[in-house]
Amino acid sequence: MANNGAGKAEAAGENGAAEMSFELAMEKLETIVAKLESGDVPLETAIELFQEGMTLSRLCGQKLEQVERRIEMLVEGDGGLQRKPFSAGKEE
Amino acid sequence: MRGEPARALTIREITRLIKNKLEGDPGLQDVWLRGEISNFTLHSSGHMYFTLKDENSRLKCIMFASYNQRLPFAPKNGMKVLARGGVSVYERDGQYQFYATAMQPDGIGSLYLAFEQLKRKLEEEGLFRPEAKRALPLYPRTVGVITSPTGAAVRDILITLERRNPGVHVLLYPVSVQGTGAAPSIVKAIREMNELGAADVLIVGRGGGSLEELWAFNEEVVARAIRASAIPVISAVGHETDFTISDFAADIRAATPTAAAELAVRHIGELRQELAHLEQRMAGALGRGLARAKERWQHAARSPYFTQPRRSLLVQAERLDRLKEALRYRIREEQSRAQERATRLAGRLQAVNPRQQIVHARQRMTAAAKGLELAMNAIARDKASRFDSLVRQLDALSPLKVMARGYSLAYDEQEKKLIRSVNEVQPGDLIRLRLTDGKLDCQIWGIHGEEQVNG
Repeated sequence: MANNGAGKAEAAGENGAAEMSFELAMEKLETIVAKLESGDVPLETAIELFQEGMTLSRLCGQKLEQVERRIEMLVEGDGGLQRKPFSAGKEE
Repeated sequence: MRGEPARALTIREITRLIKNKLEGDPGLQDVWLRGEISNFTLHSSGHMYFTLKDENSRLKCIMFASYNQRLPFAPKNGMKVLARGGVSVYERDGQYQFYATAMQPDGIGSLYLAFEQLKRKLEEEGLFRPEAKRALPLYPRTVGVITSPTGAAVRDILITLERRNPGVHVLLYPVSVQGTGAAPSIVKAIREMNELGAADVLIVGRGGGSLEELWAFNEEVVARAIRASAIPVISAVGHETDFTISDFAADIRAATPTAAAELAVRHIGELRQELAHLEQRMAGALGRGLARAKERWQHAARSPYFTQPRRSLLVQAERLDRLKEALRYRIREEQSRAQERATRLAGRLQAVNPRQQIVHARQRMTAAAKGLELAMNAIARDKASRFDSLVRQLDALSPLKVMARGYSLAYDEQEKKLIRSVNEVQPGDLIRLRLTDGKLDCQIWGIHGEEQVNG
């Protein structure tokens, strides 16, 4: 049961990761922190908020550490602008 | 001497006159001068004293600290400059001099004038208004870079972005940043970056260079394109001291391309710290919430109702007893009060009891009745005796008594009318005679009148 729930949450988290931007996740996280710090949420809600916040924080952390960096240059081709990888200093 | 004037001016007065004359002449105020700097002194007060000269003349100049602080270059002897300012008089020495408010290395003078004019024009138009500036995105995923793909600027930007946050994407729009084609190419790049919508923030700029080399960023079209961009724009042109129109039009000016990259993207370490801090705050808040809840629970659990349930019952029992006692007391009190009231009312009632009056009235009545009886008896006796005497009197006066002495009474035949005179009868009339012991019916036989009749 617990395993099942955790698996679900993870799946949802992964889905969310695909959709939610870092900025939105940070915003949500900040809202949750503010709500928790206000101290006027019931304990059950606080625990839920905390769990949600930790998920968001992990998500943000993952996004931060995603170092699949893309540096591209726009080049005018036949069908308009096209992207191609760019490395600086190549022409120096 | 005979020709002595009535009024001679003081030196101060004539100097004032000259000064006012110079300062009132628009041709001498807010003018641009071209010349070479000599005798340059930077005074400890921050004011600059120097002479501007050309082949034919020289002019003493001063530039106050408040103006020279913003000079984009360091003036030196021998340097050819364009200076802006007005002519006035230093009264103490009676010397006219130039008060510079702005200065620029010469050789590019016409460009500088154009710059000033355009800047003023766009400023008046509101292109540089602080309210028009947009905030940079907090966490851009893609940074758009509009610059030369070969310069030092792009390298600086990429290195800085890599150092600060290797996860951020870079989209480079290569443009030429100097020469005649530069301005249109930059304008096109800004427009197309906006159409593409792939970047969260734009860095537009180039590395350092001469004013001519930076000139594309002083073009009106570039400034307007920057302001029209929907994506926030960071301008990064040249060095710290180079100011361009683009810098004023951009949402924020970076002193250098490196600074632009720093402005665009927050350091990943900083973000990690922020995340950690947010987590700490969450944990702290939750911990406090839990502690509060635990405290409440403990407080509730410590309540005597749970620890000594019998005691709470005893408390209630005691309370009940007390209430009962109070009730009893109140009832007694109420009773005695009612009793008291009844007694008081009975007393008052007694005070107004009519029995005495009845006795009294009865006594009065008896007395009155007795009086009445006595009076009546007296009256009756009195009347009886009076009656007796009257009867006696009457008896004495009764004609019957007279008749008993031999008299009789003559009436008409109906015994209705007493006949008192002989004239009242005729012979032959029937009359009735009343005697003491009866009556006689008689007829008149004769009448004998007399002169005197004895009764």
